[in-house]
Amino acid sequence: MIVLPIIFQFIAGTILLFFWRKINLQKVLSILFSVIGLGISIWLFLQVWEKGIMVTQSGDWKAPFGISIVADTFGVTMVLLSSISGLAVSIFSTGSMRKERLAFGFFPIFHFLIMGLQGAFLTGDIFNLYVWFEVVIISSFVLLTLGGKKQQLEGALKYVSLNLLASSLFLIGIGFIYGLTGSLNMADVAIKLDGLQNRGLVSVTSGIFLVAFGIKSAIFPMYFWLPASYHTPPPAVSAIFAGLLTKLGIYAMLRTFTLMFGGDEFMGDIMVVLAALTILSGGLGAILQQNMGKVFGYLIICHIGFLIAGLGIYTELAIMGTIFYLIHDIIVKTNLFMVSGLILKINGTQDIKELGGMYKNFPLLSLLMAIPLFSLVGIPPLSGFWAKIFLIQAGLETKDFFLIGFIVLGSFLTLWVIARLWGEVFWKNSVGLPKKANGLYFGQMPLIDQWLMVFPIFLLAAISLYIGFSAENIILLSQKISSELMDPTGYIEAVLGLKAITP
Amino acid sequence: MEILLVVIIGFLHAGGLYMLLRRSMFKMIIGLILLGNGANLLIFLLGRLVKGNPPVIEDGLKVFTDIYADPVPQALVLTAIVIGFGLQSFAIILIKRVYNVLNTDDLDELNSTDEEI
Repeated sequence: MIVLPIIFQFIAGTILLFFWRKINLQKVLSILFSVIGLGISIWLFLQVWEKGIMVTQSGDWKAPFGISIVADTFGVTMVLLSSISGLAVSIFSTGSMRKERLAFGFFPIFHFLIMGLQGAFLTGDIFNLYVWFEVVIISSFVLLTLGGKKQQLEGALKYVSLNLLASSLFLIGIGFIYGLTGSLNMADVAIKLDGLQNRGLVSVTSGIFLVAFGIKSAIFPMYFWLPASYHTPPPAVSAIFAGLLTKLGIYAMLRTFTLMFGGDEFMGDIMVVLAALTILSGGLGAILQQNMGKVFGYLIICHIGFLIAGLGIYTELAIMGTIFYLIHDIIVKTNLFMVSGLILKINGTQDIKELGGMYKNFPLLSLLMAIPLFSLVGIPPLSGFWAKIFLIQAGLETKDFFLIGFIVLGSFLTLWVIARLWGEVFWKNSVGLPKKANGLYFGQMPLIDQWLMVFPIFLLAAISLYIGFSAENIILLSQKISSELMDPTGYIEAVLGLKAITP
Repeated sequence: MEILLVVIIGFLHAGGLYMLLRRSMFKMIIGLILLGNGANLLIFLLGRLVKGNPPVIEDGLKVFTDIYADPVPQALVLTAIVIGFGLQSFAIILIKRVYNVLNTDDLDELNSTDEEI
């Protein structure tokens, strides 16, 4: 039953392949499948919320030998978030993407990407996690290069080569894990690594994992592929990448560093330093850029730093803040790139210097766009505020004043960037851009396409308002996840069966 | 045998990294392929090498009586080779397209996505 979301997305992608040439039918089917997929994720989430961790042993092989599919609260929350983002981007792409781009299997590949993500969130086996990672990156390669513009190809080359390097490193890490423990099941590995004498080798292995996942999630010295590639594909593709792909790296990091390498102080210190530098370089990069896609690209890096910071502090409160931030960040970052796509469609450019007059011409739309922009900054009732409060509180408890300074600085840099963006794009008078002859502008689009672009932004804005205003529900959820992550006994018992816990 | 494999893995990784750091796009892909092969051999080595004892239970017995070759790393390597093959073929097609469109093999000239501030 747990594998239902994965199997459903697989079937959805396969069915869409049969309608290769019928783009309009593909659009309708893709939205329909995304809605059903969201329904399945909500159902799975409620099941796990009521009954606790659910486990399926694939092929009925007993736990450490076969591949376990594990649905704990963290996993199903991520599945739910990926379904929400998937639905929004699916609707947005039907409205915003040109027919020529959709003609080469955009929708089937999109559903395979979601399948890979949900598989990665639900697996309990480290090698299986690698396989899902590969499913995700091969789909993302295709989505990134569809269309084949000059810039896109160049961005894709950087993205592809660094991701291949990260995959090799991940594979090397798995080799070390297998050599050390003789097991691949994450729960089993956790027990066996605990009893190991050779701590040095365990630290080296965790370092390899940190670098591998660090490249995927764009932390400090390994982020250069992100600003070079994320602004090149169409905004719908960037939206799903921004919302979910870097967060997949964070998910893998949270999973491995709480379950398998729990509480290694040396790695914790390294992570705190990396987090501070990630926040600083992402924030400063965002200030320098003039292209809106690149600004948002650097902001992704800046906020990845917050997530790593919580993991580096490594107390229950800090992990809770990280989870809260992760939930908020997935929704807001997806929305942000859709907003930039809408601005691109309205004006035909993403250059901040050339844009202007959005507020005068589209007051209601601007109000809608303000919600994701200012949630990102974390202005009090909106969603980003709560997450930062918990991170700073966690930092105060462990006396990590250095890190708190950087978190506050990162928030200020974000505020600066968003304020500048708001002033330049929305308040400044329009300079009157020359219209491109072959461009399809928002004003000329059919009404239904306009609504298809605005509705997903509205949907995600409503969700981030919900996160902000009923924060107590999200806090409850993050508390449950963080207590499950910090005390993995429940997870291990559920996967291996009760007896295995005493070695 | 282990020593030989260790040396080969070391050479594959060193060669792969050296090729990655070259300026040519094609050499970079070759570097990635070498690194991938090095990683595969590493998994094979870390699963412990056992000679002449296949993981097959002999007739009349219920369990293994002797140390046996672990089949799991072989399965892992097989999977990793297949995945790596797919990714590498994609990467090769991609660099061919990049070469056709941009007409250069020099990675230092591929900076149009970075430079404009």
